Amino acid sequence: MKKKDVPQDDENLFEGKVKVVKYAVDDEGNYGTVGSSGWEPENVVLKQAWDEINKKVQGTLVKIEAGELSPLAYHMEKNIMDVGMLSQYMDISKRNVGKHLEPSRFNNLDEKTLNKYAEVFDITVEELKKTE
Amino acid sequence: MRIDFEHRQSAHCETGVISNLMRHHGLDISEPMALGIGSGLFFSHMPFIKVNGLPVTTYRIMPGDIFKKFAKRTGVEMKRQKFSSPEKAMDALDACLEQGLPVGMLTSVFYLPYLPRAFRFHFNAHNIVVYAKEGDDYLVSDPILEEPVKIDRRMLIRARFAKGMPNTNGRMYYPTHVPKDIDVNAAIVKGLKYTAKDMGTIPIPIFGGRAIGFLAGRVANYEKKYGQDEAKKYLGNIVRMQEEIGTGGAGFRFMFGAFLQEASGRLGNPMLHKKSQEITKIGDLWRNFAYDCGRMVKGRADGMSYQDLAYQLSDIGRREILFFQSIHKMKF
Repeated sequence: MKKKDVPQDDENLFEGKVKVVKYAVDDEGNYGTVGSSGWEPENVVLKQAWDEINKKVQGTLVKIEAGELSPLAYHMEKNIMDVGMLSQYMDISKRNVGKHLEPSRFNNLDEKTLNKYAEVFDITVEELKKTE
Repeated sequence: MRIDFEHRQSAHCETGVISNLMRHHGLDISEPMALGIGSGLFFSHMPFIKVNGLPVTTYRIMPGDIFKKFAKRTGVEMKRQKFSSPEKAMDALDACLEQGLPVGMLTSVFYLPYLPRAFRFHFNAHNIVVYAKEGDDYLVSDPILEEPVKIDRRMLIRARFAKGMPNTNGRMYYPTHVPKDIDVNAAIVKGLKYTAKDMGTIPIPIFGGRAIGFLAGRVANYEKKYGQDEAKKYLGNIVRMQEEIGTGGAGFRFMFGAFLQEASGRLGNPMLHKKSQEITKIGDLWRNFAYDCGRMVKGRADGMSYQDLAYQLSDIGRREILFFQSIHKMKF
């Protein structure tokens, strides 16, 4: 890649916080670094990954609305976790996390467990019980 | 406690931390040199190991191994620690800072609030250097950023004790001995030979240059096997691994080109300069592949098929095998 070809396809995915370093050659073929604010294909696949996550969150919200899942499912998906990862953070079994995704079980959770979930997601217990 | 630490921005976290930490200890090593000596470049496609439901493709060796190989080849001695509790991990960090030692550590990007939101997945092998404490804040040299940043103690603990693949367990490291008389040239040759051997000669199809052809075969069948939507996800993941995670472009191939160029100068070996130009061309082919994948994912493929993408990949694979085999045969 030539230095002048290092793409600058800024779609604000980096929030103006960073230009990433790319290695490229100048006209004499000497390597150096150039800052890049993004490249279209990179932006496409990065957005693709986030669209996928957002789609999952939306699907979960519908299920919560229908009473099939507890709000815990929303916070889990929003934090890009699955049952396995969440169980590790909670230090409880996957089976138990699975149970807490059921509305009836979630509604009967003790204060201690609720607090621990809230801590994992860095929110309050009040927020944990809602989906926003 | 504030240590005089020179932060330089890098493409990749692990090679960047090596370069910055070594320079602090009097060993001037560029990021590409760290990659080359640590034999960081690799290729592997493991369809049976999935992360978030997507098969693993990687353009580098295992996280942490670049530093280990670099240390072994230069004789740098490192202290590596992990901790059972955040308190112990933070106490150990504070003690190092008191002694004037900048500390490298493993973090999860998900919990680093100073990074752009779009970067923050649960990737638990991000290397940073902490070099100062100001009240409840720590000063961080994150290699992928232009300038040092601050993080508060609470968030740093979260980032240091992330769960998943892998659990970070507060892992931290710092050099305890950097020899004064390191034979950098010998380390370069060792690092280069290792990469050339692995990329050029491993007969198992999921590792090294052969794995690129193997992936080509998989890509050719993606749409048939998984349907359009899934196929796009699979494709997108390949490109993310290639370009998105701080590889310096083309899955470390350009950074490797910079290494070969620097090595050519140091060793007085014009052949390596030629090799640098060759890998740059191969890197450009990787970029073309990523570009076409991007079009495919976006649904703007204009008649291009998965078979076409597979042809590109197998061409790259053939070139990389020949390229690394030719280096493997070189005498130094």
